[in-house]
Amino acid sequence: MKTINNVVCSFCGCLCDDIEVNIENNKIVNVKNACSLGLSKFLNYNKHRILKPRIRKSKEFVNVSLEEAINECVKILSNANYPIIYGWSNTSNEALRVGIEIAELIGGVIDNTTSVCHGPTIIGVQDIGESTSTLGQIKNRADLIIYWGSNPLHAHPRHLSRYTALSKGRFIKTRKERKVVVVDVRKTATANIADVFIQIKPNSDYELLTALRYAVNNGEIEQDEVAGVPVEKIEELAEMMVSCKFGALMFGLGLTMSPGKHRNIEAAIALVTDLNKYTKFVILPMRGHYNVTGANNVTCWITGYPFAVDFSKGYPYYNPGETTIADIIARGECDAALIVASDPISHLPIESARKLSKIPIVTIDPHETPTTRVSRVVIPSSYVGIECEGTAYRMDGVPLRLKKIVDPPDGIISDEEILKMILSKLKGD
Amino acid sequence: MKILIKNGYVYDPLNKIDGEIMDIAIENGKIVESISGEVIEIDAKNMIVMPGGVDLHSHIAGSKVNSGRLLRPEDHYKDIEKKTNIRRSGVGHTIPSTYTTGYRYSEMGYTTVMEAATPPLKTRHTHEELNDIPMIDKGCLTVLDNNWIVLDYLSKNELEKCAAYIGWILNAVKGYGIKIVNPGGVELWGWGKNVKTIDDQVPPFNITPREIIRGLCKINKMLNLPHTIHLHTNNLGTPGNYRTLIESMKCVSDLSNGSIILHVTHVQFCGYKGYSWITLSSGAEEIAKFVNENKYVTLDLGQIVFGDATTMTADGPFQYILYSLSKNKWINSDVEAETSAGIVPYRFKKKNYVNAIQWSIGLEIALLIKDPWRVFLTTDHPNAGLFTSYPKLIAWLMSKKAREKILEKVNKRAKSKMILPSLEREYTFYEIAIVTRAGTARALGLKNKGHLGIGADADVAIYDVNPKEINPSKEYKKVRKAFRKAAYTIKDGKIVCKNGEIAENIFGKTYWVNVDIPKDLLVSTISEVKGKFEEYYTVKMENYAIHENELLKSAPLKINSNL
Ligand code: SF4
Repeated sequence: MKTINNVVCSFCGCLCDDIEVNIENNKIVNVKNACSLGLSKFLNYNKHRILKPRIRKSKEFVNVSLEEAINECVKILSNANYPIIYGWSNTSNEALRVGIEIAELIGGVIDNTTSVCHGPTIIGVQDIGESTSTLGQIKNRADLIIYWGSNPLHAHPRHLSRYTALSKGRFIKTRKERKVVVVDVRKTATANIADVFIQIKPNSDYELLTALRYAVNNGEIEQDEVAGVPVEKIEELAEMMVSCKFGALMFGLGLTMSPGKHRNIEAAIALVTDLNKYTKFVILPMRGHYNVTGANNVTCWITGYPFAVDFSKGYPYYNPGETTIADIIARGECDAALIVASDPISHLPIESARKLSKIPIVTIDPHETPTTRVSRVVIPSSYVGIECEGTAYRMDGVPLRLKKIVDPPDGIISDEEILKMILSKLKGD
Repeated sequence: MKILIKNGYVYDPLNKIDGEIMDIAIENGKIVESISGEVIEIDAKNMIVMPGGVDLHSHIAGSKVNSGRLLRPEDHYKDIEKKTNIRRSGVGHTIPSTYTTGYRYSEMGYTTVMEAATPPLKTRHTHEELNDIPMIDKGCLTVLDNNWIVLDYLSKNELEKCAAYIGWILNAVKGYGIKIVNPGGVELWGWGKNVKTIDDQVPPFNITPREIIRGLCKINKMLNLPHTIHLHTNNLGTPGNYRTLIESMKCVSDLSNGSIILHVTHVQFCGYKGYSWITLSSGAEEIAKFVNENKYVTLDLGQIVFGDATTMTADGPFQYILYSLSKNKWINSDVEAETSAGIVPYRFKKKNYVNAIQWSIGLEIALLIKDPWRVFLTTDHPNAGLFTSYPKLIAWLMSKKAREKILEKVNKRAKSKMILPSLEREYTFYEIAIVTRAGTARALGLKNKGHLGIGADADVAIYDVNPKEINPSKEYKKVRKAFRKAAYTIKDGKIVCKNGEIAENIFGKTYWVNVDIPKDLLVSTISEVKGKFEEYYTVKMENYAIHENELLKSAPLKINSNL
């Protein structure tokens, strides 16, 4: 049996890098330090694998060679007028770099899952900026921790113990030295361990954020309550914010996906920016998939924009709402799709998913998903961080190198290698 | 590929060649004595031949640069690059995408660029972007002055261990040198505070900026690094800060035995006299006097160019001041146990009193410092201006008339306070070659760059301007045009640009220093810091290190330390 230390967990945006894995006969037999989500990924990644490339011929899937699958993919992509290339939050930066070159070459649209989760966060930042930091600043310094519209105990189980409330830093060493506040529409598991829980009326984040900002800047709120929260409580929270030494506001989809979307984010950012007049305050989005942050970064340095980039004019063009895949599909404009490490059929609105399933789809993925089932071509790939190396970015932008700890099944190669084969065929090399 | 560049006017200051007509022979990516056989001949008659440009301070890659790109979609819309058979597409303007960055440098005849500041924790990101910048050789300077483990060691005066740790970091993150950014002030910014003088205490480290600068200067020598410490001073962008600059330069004076031991970067931003923005004036005369008298310092300008810029530095508190003044969008991004970063879009306006004074300071310093080997041309891209404005700067340095053209349009009150209108000096082509390539290559310690001697890297720029016929003072527009688009750029012995157009898409090397540290010292230091590292950081020490194979073309410089 062999033990590998300091393995990075490629499940959620926490990208915990202290996992210990025991391997026997190329099998993961034991995992230490991971949370239940990470553990289940390490132990179950091998279930529901696709082991052979396949092509849909008439109605049936037929197993084919990798080369045949690549050829078919190239045929579909080169015949398309307006193809979309989508996914990327569950694969390496290296794979995405090749994906972007493919999109540029064929004049398609490249988009990542940001478009359906934290897109409003990015638009909020583009509008007014943000005061942020790496998670270690929070661990070392934060005496006030606020989770807004996110429930890390369920979605990012080790976030509190590694980076925030329960972590031990240089200046702040214990839970007692930190105040934890949860703002949510219901009493979540995280709310149960908070010092202050503020239950907010659904869909009224913007109002509460605006009221808080007003209070922080010494305004007197006239109403008795805002967003279902009594004014005394708002003033109390504003006071906590102004008088802390280092505050951190972390928000999730509860804020990005409720009505108001990027306006909510702007309100939250503006509040945090204002707080820097009085103390030190940062804001961080709770990014879900392990490398969605990397996907934004790579797309941004190559094209100038973090997602939803259209190459149909021969140069990068970005206009969320127009060049985001959900909108392109809804308008029925795309005529082929390359999906990498993602399952849009499950997470797009049902109408869009139906439209997507009507066009030829090529999917590259390690395992079966509703998207692979409706695809024309399916090419299985290896798991980044388990069966192959790759770079990924933690939710706060800290880049980490994911390791290869076991061999992939026979004949299975990485997303990056598959995409390079496609690219080179498309170029006619 | 063999190339013979024939009959050009060669400017090669490191070899003391000042506009002589010479042939330059290239074989296997190097300058050689002579070549025969099948040769590509370039007729450089009536043209200038120089070593490829070397930029020692520019922000082109890494998390701060990319946050700037993300922040400013409005910046990209108006400046696009289409894909061609040779080049990748991209966007430009103040913060170009990676491919566009490489192409635009190459089009101007630049062949080497140093990214000016990267926090170790995020340097993997910097290298990923450098991997995607074509055409040029590159490297990155590592921000180390507000690093907790470094501060802990410095405050205990354990210099040897500190040197070993810094050597380890440079090896681990593939960095090129020691960058200092507002020493002590950026650590305090972790609490929203800053320092005001180089003798302020930085709690809880029990250390002052002066001690940090001195400590790192000593360590730089102990490690025998090719470049000196690279200092962004305290109080950047604050009226009266020329005093801080002079204090900071003075504070290491006893550490030099005649050699150059300090580089102060974007000196324009620390050349302010006066007590407020209203009374702002230029500290150029005092600064130039000091530098003329003290040979151990080099500077680069950080010259203002009127128009759009995106300010971005690791100096978080400075960026906050700029945000408070401008009310433009603001990004702040602190990095645990290391540093910070701030970004604010900015537009420099001729009619603005402060901006006009800032513009004059850079040029005054460049014209008042006598030795061009110690003052280099930069805009601190994209802070004071864009690297694509270098041809404008060259024209300003070479032509009083070009400066007067601008002076006619700047804020009147500012003009009345400037000494710039009285400065007659005009740079020669030889001096331009020093401040854009020979001097910068020498300052970086890149021995095969910045000259055209036998064995040098075959990085060459050819500009279509006849130095014997033109009068740059009058015909500065022709000079500007020639430097904007090189007639030829040759990189590693390949013709990569022709008539200012990309002819071949190539990838350059990434330089980093591979410092040899005595094994015992290294092992004992690492085992000592390991526990602390895991307390301060949120990643494991093993995962902090970058493997050489993560760099597209790794070019380590083997350094024998004096440890
Ligand atoms: S918190 Fe996220 S990254 Fe960490 S072990 Fe759990 S699933 Fe993996």
